[in-house]
Amino acid sequence: MSPRITGAVARRVLLQLRRDPRTIALLLVVPPVLLTLLKYAFDSDPRAFQTIGGPLVGLFPFITMFLVTSITMLRERTSGTLERLMSMPLGKLDLLLGYGIAFAVVGTVQAIVASLVAFGPLDVHVAGSTVAVGALAVGNALLGMALGLFVSAFARTEFQAVQFMPAFVFPQLLLCGLFVPRDEMAPLLDAVSYALPLTYAFDALQRVTIEGSLGTAGWVDVAVTVGATLLALALGAATLRRRTP
Amino acid sequence: MAGESVAAAIAVDGLHVRRGDNAVLHGLSFTAPRGQITGLLGPSGCGKSTLMRAIVGVQIVESGSVEVLGEPAGSESLRHRVGYVTQAPSVYGDLSVRENLEFFARVLGAPSGRVAEVIEAVSLGEHVDQVVGSLSGGQRSRVSLGTALLGEPELLVLDEPTVGLDPVLRQELWATFGELAVAGATLLVSSHVMDEADRCDSLLLMREGDLLASETPAALRERTGKQGLEDAFLALIEGREEGR
Repeated sequence: MSPRITGAVARRVLLQLRRDPRTIALLLVVPPVLLTLLKYAFDSDPRAFQTIGGPLVGLFPFITMFLVTSITMLRERTSGTLERLMSMPLGKLDLLLGYGIAFAVVGTVQAIVASLVAFGPLDVHVAGSTVAVGALAVGNALLGMALGLFVSAFARTEFQAVQFMPAFVFPQLLLCGLFVPRDEMAPLLDAVSYALPLTYAFDALQRVTIEGSLGTAGWVDVAVTVGATLLALALGAATLRRRTP
Repeated sequence: MAGESVAAAIAVDGLHVRRGDNAVLHGLSFTAPRGQITGLLGPSGCGKSTLMRAIVGVQIVESGSVEVLGEPAGSESLRHRVGYVTQAPSVYGDLSVRENLEFFARVLGAPSGRVAEVIEAVSLGEHVDQVVGSLSGGQRSRVSLGTALLGEPELLVLDEPTVGLDPVLRQELWATFGELAVAGATLLVSSHVMDEADRCDSLLLMREGDLLASETPAALRERTGKQGLEDAFLALIEGREEGR
């Protein structure tokens, strides 16, 4: 692993995104638009919007980075550039960290824009610090990136990669407690939710937005989320092969 | 013979490769000398690309040995010493020519002036700031070739680098290959057009996963009694079929 190569990868990924202004616009504009929609959808129940608005700011980067990373990585595999890089003096960690840095930057910008709109004009109130929500959002961007990197190994086409979004991300969103508190779910689903990383990411966000601070349980959530990110990265690294059939 | 394999840039012995259910290479053995251009010729689908992948060390092989510059193919130390250009240009279509080369130069740790030299070598001076995706196929494959030149590798493995290029450019590229060989590099260049065989110092002729010949163009002409290398190739195939 070398900082020079890691930096080169991060720079390149950001440069590729810069070449695609429409994607950048979508990344930045869609979360505030959805939050606005949600606010007025809950027009007659503002308290419901208050409880999910804050955590959602921290969840958007997870969703978008999952999608962006799985497609970018799939392209890298199918275009032959991954094979070329694997025949060069590049460590797998250089590639993974390079992607991580680039998407952490994007996730940060996305979280800042969503926060400014949510905590500004949309008047979302959180009990804890908005900076903590932002920090968790960046962590969730990295979790989404790591999962996207891993699942991209199982897609042969971009159609398949896009389908991994409803397959991997939607169940986690449904079961994490965002829509229905987990203790109100069927016991089996409640049990399953413990195995899904987003459950912990959401729980940490909820502790900051509703209880005001992470507390011990919240820090456990953060540790589990970080662990899940590292595990997904390790699994992703295992799918990067120097030799292929 | 031991002395020869030390001097050889590539030494392949009993190489078998299977891809899925198909046996692609059936026990190839040959050596390629250093500092020369070795042409790898044969029809599409005969296993040229698979052989090149095995030499670069990205192909899972079933059995046999592949030594490159005195080390087992795919060794970590070879990643600085071997340049590889795949048949389909493997560069980033959404970056400009310069951005692509600068990225790979950073990965390889090439000195900063190297990018400009390479752009010159592959004649892409007019297109440096153009996005690769908007270039023609031939220009794109030159970006890919340029990428492999960045690290000044001791061995360059080029999979059909001249496909789809106009004759003038093909001429220029072969001249570049010649200069690289004179400077001490070893080149393994594949092609399915026999008229490129004459530009090589030695030839490997392949068909259906087997090696038909490994010799110089002159020796091939002498052995088959044919002047044209295409005819010589055909004579080899006929001779082989009679021998069965």
